[in-house]
Amino acid sequence: MPNSRPLSPHLGIYRWRINMLQSTLHRLTGLFLCLGALLVAWGLVAAATSDAAWSRFVAFCGSWIGLVLLFLWTWSLLFHLVNGIQHLMRDAGVNYGPANRDRTHDPVYWSAGWAITAISVVLTVLVWVLLLVQAGGGAA
Amino acid sequence: MSAYPGQEGLRDPLKVARGMGASRSGVRPWWLQRVTAVALVPLSIWFLFLMGGVLHADYPTVLGTIAQPVHAIFLIAFVVCLFWHGALGLQVIIEDYVHTRWLALTLQIALRFGALLGALAGTMAILAVWLTGASYY
Repeated sequence: MPNSRPLSPHLGIYRWRINMLQSTLHRLTGLFLCLGALLVAWGLVAAATSDAAWSRFVAFCGSWIGLVLLFLWTWSLLFHLVNGIQHLMRDAGVNYGPANRDRTHDPVYWSAGWAITAISVVLTVLVWVLLLVQAGGGAA
Repeated sequence: MSAYPGQEGLRDPLKVARGMGASRSGVRPWWLQRVTAVALVPLSIWFLFLMGGVLHADYPTVLGTIAQPVHAIFLIAFVVCLFWHGALGLQVIIEDYVHTRWLALTLQIALRFGALLGALAGTMAILAVWLTGASYY
């Protein structure tokens, strides 16, 4: 029997803020990274099984779907990592509290979310440039 | 004043009936999520570098890399923290969005089985490579 009672938060009544995107993305990337954990387990078991099993794992990682997933996993990991560090800092009380949410008191409080999102994208591109350079160097 | 035996002020009589109530151990998953997160900060950065080095390597090099004791130990720590942290996160997601009792309970149990199996599989695989594959290096 599904519970029919109303749920909070009532998203419609809030003005949109960057922290809503951070919170949503943190949860979505975390969910997606749980699938990535299965890939890690697959890779390790494949390495322990045989050369052929490891080759199947590498072939999946090198396929188009594998590369797209790996790219998304890289960004998910880096966003979850950088945003998670902010979570840990706020848990420790750094810049946390009603006064810090006041733009005039602390203008950095809200823009930090944009910085975190940007840093995660820049780091992802950096990781993949390094990977492609390494792959190119290996082939040449 | 009290309407029920054991009722004081705003305290729910049910809490008195159940002893210490929900407090005490309720913060344990919250703390474990933070502690595993702290461990995963350096471990996941290290893992990214390890994966970057291994994906284009041949099979004996992969085994040799995993079989290095320092790598094997950090890999085990990474896998355990990864599945633990992931399970704690998924637990909260199920609590938040699944409100049908039997489905929530089924998912929570399946989640624990899955996380344990994943962590066990990863750990055993690393140990197998570490303890038998050292000759490949």
